Amino acid sequence: MYSTITTGALQGVSAYLVSVETDISPGLPTLNLVGSLSQEVREARDRVGVALRNVGLNLPPSRITVNLAPANRRKDGTAFDLPIAVGLLAAMNQISPKRIENTLFLGELGLDGEIKGVPGVLPIVREAACRGMEECIIPSVNAMEGALIPNITVRGVSSLQELFPFLQSEGDEGEKLVPAVFLDTMKLFQEKAAERAADFSEVSGQETAKRGAEIAAAGFHNLLMVGPPGAGKSMIAKRIPGILPPLTLEESLEVTSIASVAGLLKEGQEIVTKRPFQNPHHTITQAALVGGSMIPRPGMISLAHRGVLFLDELPEFQRAALDSLRQPLEEQEVHITRVNGTVTYPSDFMLVCAMNPCPCGFYPDTGKCRCTEPLVRRYMGKVSGPILDRIDLCVELQAVDIASLKGGKKVESSEIIRKRVMKARKIQDERFKGTPYRFNGDIQAADMERYCTLGKEEQHYMEKLFHNLNLSARAYYRILKVARTIADLEGVPEIGEAHLLEASFYRPAQEYWNAKNGFIT
Amino acid sequence: MGQTDTFSFITPFEKEYPDKLKNIPDAPAGLYVRGKVPVESEITVAVVGARDCSEYGRYVAEELGTFLGKSGVTVVSGMARGIDGISQWAALEAGGTSIGILGCGVDICYPARNRALFDRLSEQGTIISEYPPGTPPRPMNFPARNRIVSGLADAVVVIEARCRSGTLITVDMALEQGKEVFVVPGRVTDRLSDGCNRLIKQGAAIMLSPEELLEELRELKEQSREHIAAAVPAKGNKNHKARYEKDKENQKEQKHQKERKQEEQISDLPPELRKVYQALDFYPQSVEQIMEHLSFETSQRQVAVQLIRLCMENKAIQVSPGHFSIVMK
Repeated sequence: MYSTITTGALQGVSAYLVSVETDISPGLPTLNLVGSLSQEVREARDRVGVALRNVGLNLPPSRITVNLAPANRRKDGTAFDLPIAVGLLAAMNQISPKRIENTLFLGELGLDGEIKGVPGVLPIVREAACRGMEECIIPSVNAMEGALIPNITVRGVSSLQELFPFLQSEGDEGEKLVPAVFLDTMKLFQEKAAERAADFSEVSGQETAKRGAEIAAAGFHNLLMVGPPGAGKSMIAKRIPGILPPLTLEESLEVTSIASVAGLLKEGQEIVTKRPFQNPHHTITQAALVGGSMIPRPGMISLAHRGVLFLDELPEFQRAALDSLRQPLEEQEVHITRVNGTVTYPSDFMLVCAMNPCPCGFYPDTGKCRCTEPLVRRYMGKVSGPILDRIDLCVELQAVDIASLKGGKKVESSEIIRKRVMKARKIQDERFKGTPYRFNGDIQAADMERYCTLGKEEQHYMEKLFHNLNLSARAYYRILKVARTIADLEGVPEIGEAHLLEASFYRPAQEYWNAKNGFIT
Repeated sequence: MGQTDTFSFITPFEKEYPDKLKNIPDAPAGLYVRGKVPVESEITVAVVGARDCSEYGRYVAEELGTFLGKSGVTVVSGMARGIDGISQWAALEAGGTSIGILGCGVDICYPARNRALFDRLSEQGTIISEYPPGTPPRPMNFPARNRIVSGLADAVVVIEARCRSGTLITVDMALEQGKEVFVVPGRVTDRLSDGCNRLIKQGAAIMLSPEELLEELRELKEQSREHIAAAVPAKGNKNHKARYEKDKENQKEQKHQKERKQEEQISDLPPELRKVYQALDFYPQSVEQIMEHLSFETSQRQVAVQLIRLCMENKAIQVSPGHFSIVMK
């Protein structure tokens, strides 16, 4: 006897369908699994056999062959257990053929017949829906996640004992045994999105840093914060996702997919509605940061997709790890090549970095800082130049004094800031319609003239700025980009003198750190 | 070495050997000299101070170096980062001359970043070391070379020194050699001036302006000459009074000068920009700190814009991403 069951497997954050073909034919009793399988898939042979026997379903003493097609693609993970078990039951003629028609199965089996959760349900269910499947049977732990996808019936099951009667049933009877899970995605999305997060109104003082964060958020510029320990660098970084425009449903599904693939969705969590915020420790390896390992997994930069990647203590990161950020920062996705092929993970994130101004953290406060200039220089030198080149804005925070902690002044909430950011984003959406660009932060030097046009007077002023502040060509373009965003925040179509000056204020550090105490040059 | 032509070696028995050095304890047995052989000018001043100086130190060192250079006074220093190099460079820029005393061979430029100063000193001034060419800059050589710095000078001026600074070694040597020590005072809250203020408390002379310094030095020189010639004790009281009267006059004149200078600096600035400029200080301040000094209502953004505008006019300097200092020219 022969049967075919559909299931799915992951390729990066997307998925493809796999058919599980089962054949039972006369011969010496054996169970063979074929189709380019990894160790854990091969182990399914034992898990499935034992699980079936433990729920009272013995395999026939025949020659059984299971093939996972396409047979040339490497398959890993434990999600094939359930489809193999169902395939065996179908080949044994134990279930009604209607139940497996146009249905996708997914799940890991325990020896007692329990169906356990697996990562990557969301992308697989989405792929199934796209390919015209009508139904998905997945572990009940992952049911809500699968139910996010419209146009497909999703049923969650927690054990073979629960599933078997359903598979035997006909027509409407099944609905009572294992009801389909429904989710009003839109409503859920809106409810979740309204949840409160850390707010900028909790940060008193540090106006410069807040303004810098606002500009960075508006133009999707990368940001560097410099300041002494305890000035509130992490506090501000944590609040940046809150002033970015809220995730759209589409973006939210993307973020949820990545979390699902990485197995990071919490039990009972259906959808991620908050912009991600990732702050890896500075000892992180290159593979953990950009993704990798033998079986590729998304790295921190992909987990920060559509959100913020915060690197605290920037000079302490391994140089190789930092340098590996260069390509993802440029292309908004990362390609990881391993023996079994190349996977691509999205990595469209905003880079926010923080560092002390010198090894002791108090420069330029000569009262506290005893670092010599070569020491400061060496500390700065640890940050790789190509990464600093990709940072458009730099702000310095100062140690918090008691006066500003006491407050009394009115502090803006994240919501007010976000409204301004969204206004600026809207202008950018219109500007970049039909181009590969999305934000001012993306503009390349070649297109600067087109998008950051200066009037005659401003052009003249910019030249003066270039000479008097001793700018480099890179700094020049950065100032233009940031000035564009500042003008957008104000809703002004032309970049003015004040915009250029304010943008210069935030220009990243290299220039003046090089000139520091350099009395002759 | 193969570069014997670029430097010479002089011993105390040669007439080129500076007289001033002959009289100090532990005089060097010989000097390697690069550049011009030092001509003894009427007055020589050593300018020493912190390597990692503040904008305040930089300003004073520049002003002093320029004035001394213009007045034909030789500036002696250690060619180090910070005060040393700044004052020497300023003296050379002003057309004066300067002597750099090294703790390594005269063929080695240390610190390497002062290459331009090293080259210019080799042409326009003098580089001296008691160590043979090829000697690397060893830490233990530097305190020893300080005795040459003070030994070559009539007076030592200290601009910015921390409490336990190498600069204070030079001062010790100077006192041992019987030289005048002048100190530029700083705020008592400023750690970079702790050493200076301590010296003042111990009785060092105070330098308020380069002009006054030079005048006092000339007077001192005069006195010592008279002293030797007539062997008559100076009429202390009378002298004191005369000096006080003169000081008062000086003060008035100086005040006017300084005010005029400042006014010139900001006369062409729009009023708000002028106020921001006046709120600036030699000590780096953040935008928030500067805003506290402003009497009128303004925003962080406006102040940031005005600060950059001042930087463009070369009236302020962005010492770090968020800190600004005043620039006085």
